[in-house]
Amino acid sequence: MEELKIMTLEESMEKRKPKIKIENLNAWFGNSHILKNISLEIPEKSITAIIGPSGCGKTTLLRCLNRMHELTPNAKVSGKVIIDGENIYDNNVDPVLIRRKIGMVFQRPIPFPTMSIYDNVAIGLKLNGVKDHKTINTIVKKCLELSHLWNEVKNRLNESPLTLSGGQQQRLCIARALAVGPEILLMDEPTSALDPLATVKIEKLIRELKKDYTIVIVTHNMQQALRVSDYVAFLYLGELIEFGESKEIFSNPKHPLTKNYLHGKFS
Amino acid sequence: MKWRKIEYPLKTFFVKFNNIFNLKSLFKEKNKGDLTFELVCAAIASSILIILALMFIMIIKEAWLSITTYGIEFIFGTEWIPYSLGNEKPVFSALPLIWGTLVTSTIALLISVPISLGVALALSEFSGKRFNYVVSALVELLAAIPSVVYGLWGIFILIPFLKSHVYPFLQQVFYFLPFFQGRIHGPSVMTGSIVLSIMILPTIAAVMRDVFSSVPKSQREAIISLGATRWETAKLVIQYSKIGVIGAIMLGLGRAVGETMAITMVIGNSFNLFTSLFEPGYTLSSIIANEFTEASSPPEYLSALMEIGLILLILALVINSIAQVVVRYYSKRVSR
Amino acid sequence: MLIADSIKERMNREYKVRKLKSKVMITCSFLALILALIPLFSVLIEVILRGAPVISISFLVKRIPPMGQPGGGIGPAIQGTLIIIALTSLIGVPIGVFSGIYLAEYDDNWFASMIRFISDVMTNIPSIVAGIFGWATIVLTIGWSVIAGAVALAILMIPVITRTTEEIIRMVPDEIREAALALGLPKWKVTLNIVLNNAKKGIATGVLLALARIAGETAPLLLTILGSRFWIRSLTEPATALPLIIFNFSQSPYSSVDWPRAWGATFVLILMVLVINIIVRYLTREKY
Repeated sequence: MEELKIMTLEESMEKRKPKIKIENLNAWFGNSHILKNISLEIPEKSITAIIGPSGCGKTTLLRCLNRMHELTPNAKVSGKVIIDGENIYDNNVDPVLIRRKIGMVFQRPIPFPTMSIYDNVAIGLKLNGVKDHKTINTIVKKCLELSHLWNEVKNRLNESPLTLSGGQQQRLCIARALAVGPEILLMDEPTSALDPLATVKIEKLIRELKKDYTIVIVTHNMQQALRVSDYVAFLYLGELIEFGESKEIFSNPKHPLTKNYLHGKFS
Repeated sequence: MKWRKIEYPLKTFFVKFNNIFNLKSLFKEKNKGDLTFELVCAAIASSILIILALMFIMIIKEAWLSITTYGIEFIFGTEWIPYSLGNEKPVFSALPLIWGTLVTSTIALLISVPISLGVALALSEFSGKRFNYVVSALVELLAAIPSVVYGLWGIFILIPFLKSHVYPFLQQVFYFLPFFQGRIHGPSVMTGSIVLSIMILPTIAAVMRDVFSSVPKSQREAIISLGATRWETAKLVIQYSKIGVIGAIMLGLGRAVGETMAITMVIGNSFNLFTSLFEPGYTLSSIIANEFTEASSPPEYLSALMEIGLILLILALVINSIAQVVVRYYSKRVSR
Repeated sequence: MLIADSIKERMNREYKVRKLKSKVMITCSFLALILALIPLFSVLIEVILRGAPVISISFLVKRIPPMGQPGGGIGPAIQGTLIIIALTSLIGVPIGVFSGIYLAEYDDNWFASMIRFISDVMTNIPSIVAGIFGWATIVLTIGWSVIAGAVALAILMIPVITRTTEEIIRMVPDEIREAALALGLPKWKVTLNIVLNNAKKGIATGVLLALARIAGETAPLLLTILGSRFWIRSLTEPATALPLIIFNFSQSPYSSVDWPRAWGATFVLILMVLVINIIVRYLTREKY
């Protein structure tokens, strides 16, 4: 299959430096070759959406960026992922350190049920050794404000997170991820388990976050990709088919496969 | 008509009875063959209930003589004189036995719970599927060894080892603690507790391991993505499953209280409200095993042993019931 | 908002400590594992070292001599264990299996929940109390006998088999039941013929495991079969069994003669228990 790399890459890259450089990334799960030679540059302080039909490797690609994929038994990864000049797959790099620099939000909200709302946000800090109460308080408040959750929970920080609605729980998970100060946020279909109202709130939140964070979001909802993202990468059967500014891709896709996917010919 | 007079109250009684116990819901089958089968199975299943009831009835009947003769003094007294000295009647009481059971069980828990935690974590969090499967099988083999074999091993291998290498060391280091003072006996409360801890460890470890394994993967992933180390992830797993861990411990306690043979063979069988762990002691279960065949007379002797059996039964049932409640509560919460 | 550099510094410093702590704790867990397995290996090694030399054909088939007298063997004890296991199963297996069927198939009412709760509690009942039950019911009426021993052991066996049977039957997929019902079979036939057939293997392994446990129980036997040196001729007379004779020999003052016999009997018992366990493990291995 011929790959047509879209040259608008350079044009749009003028304004933004690449935050993440993916070079020849391959990933396996047992004997299935899930990601095939992916090379991609993710610009900083913007939202890049990864779209494609189910099973094409979107989530795997995301999980390769913070070295979570290799935690699955029988998983293998090769290639380079260079963040801020450093290849995170280098032999002497500790994955635990990498994960702190990258935040991840999952498909279903996963608060820690045995901790209070406050502790859920603070856990990242406490784990990493921050002991000063005032610092923790400040950061927790800031993160909850950033996630638009502060006003709704400021009077019940000691309650269980299970008393929150699905949308609120997901915002809590976002606050939790932000607390350890990552520069990159990875989001794996963050609104697929939420109702439309909550989805709108979170999309708004994501758009605000891009001012300070590099965001990579996996979504199977094309409308969402259109609403939210600046750049889009289209994956099909583990290969990168097309990458470029969303406006361009959605109005004028170059590759026939992209065209077919966007027009709903397969999902 | 006399029949009319009986029929009406009978009917009302059955309707009321039915309403209270909702018996109709028990038997929903309409087909005759199915109804018969269900009734037969229900009857057989109720045998465990009958056994439990019979057990209580029998033991109370046999213990009645002792209960009425010694009253409440039985539980708080400290004398065991199975014969009549001149005009004195025989005296039986249970405090040193209750003390022995409680102390040995507690120490056994203190030893085996931390080790079980380590075993459960090593198997469920820190090792791969293959290793887990093989080593879990080994830990289960620990549970398959009969109590009397542990007793035999305790007498001939453990006691000499402890007496020459461990106990003197303990006495030297902890000389200030009252429970490590005094003459060191091989067959002693400490030995009994150690053997007991070996026997309850596989139970506690297996339940803990299952509890840890059933913590959802998503919880682990959430904390790993924040940059947690493997140990920190394990701590989260423990915190998530706290209640299940408590259930495991209670199940271990239930087994500890009822254990008989291994303890009898290594505890020294001496009726004594001990202060030092190096003294010989006695437990509720081991006195019955040890003295049952000799208790032919006086009649109060056997009856006293039966009363001890009753105390043991109640203790074991209470602890095990609490354990079951805790375990069921935890399963409900996790499956939410 | 990004975190101040000073805090990032703090986190980086902490990191080395956390990493070390993680390694230490993981090592401790594996040390605990080794510690827990030491008694297992010690027991097995000692039983082999001290028991195997005692074993011979004559040891296995000759009758038991009086305490202190050399020669003879433990034949009646082996016979006793085998007969008692068989008799206990005869009582315990049907009751346990049908109770398990009831709990699995006729579940949604308070009676089944209560029976299940009581069964779970009774799986951990002190074995000596089961012995008291056997004594109070059978020995006081018939006398010290094999039957009393079987009844006492059956009490220990029934709750265990009930629960394992219930678990296995629940695992039989509903589709099988529905297919059979759709053929017009009444529920009781479906359960007895089809569901039970599917669950056969699981139930058998459950029974085997329960047997392995019962074979080693001593306390109930102390209060029911009393012990004897002779071959068993009738079920209403006293008898001996392997665990009981191990206990008796271990308490004997004639150390040079009787203690080795205790180890020999232990060897036989352990062999029996291990073989059953290994067979069960083999039958339930997961097909990769």
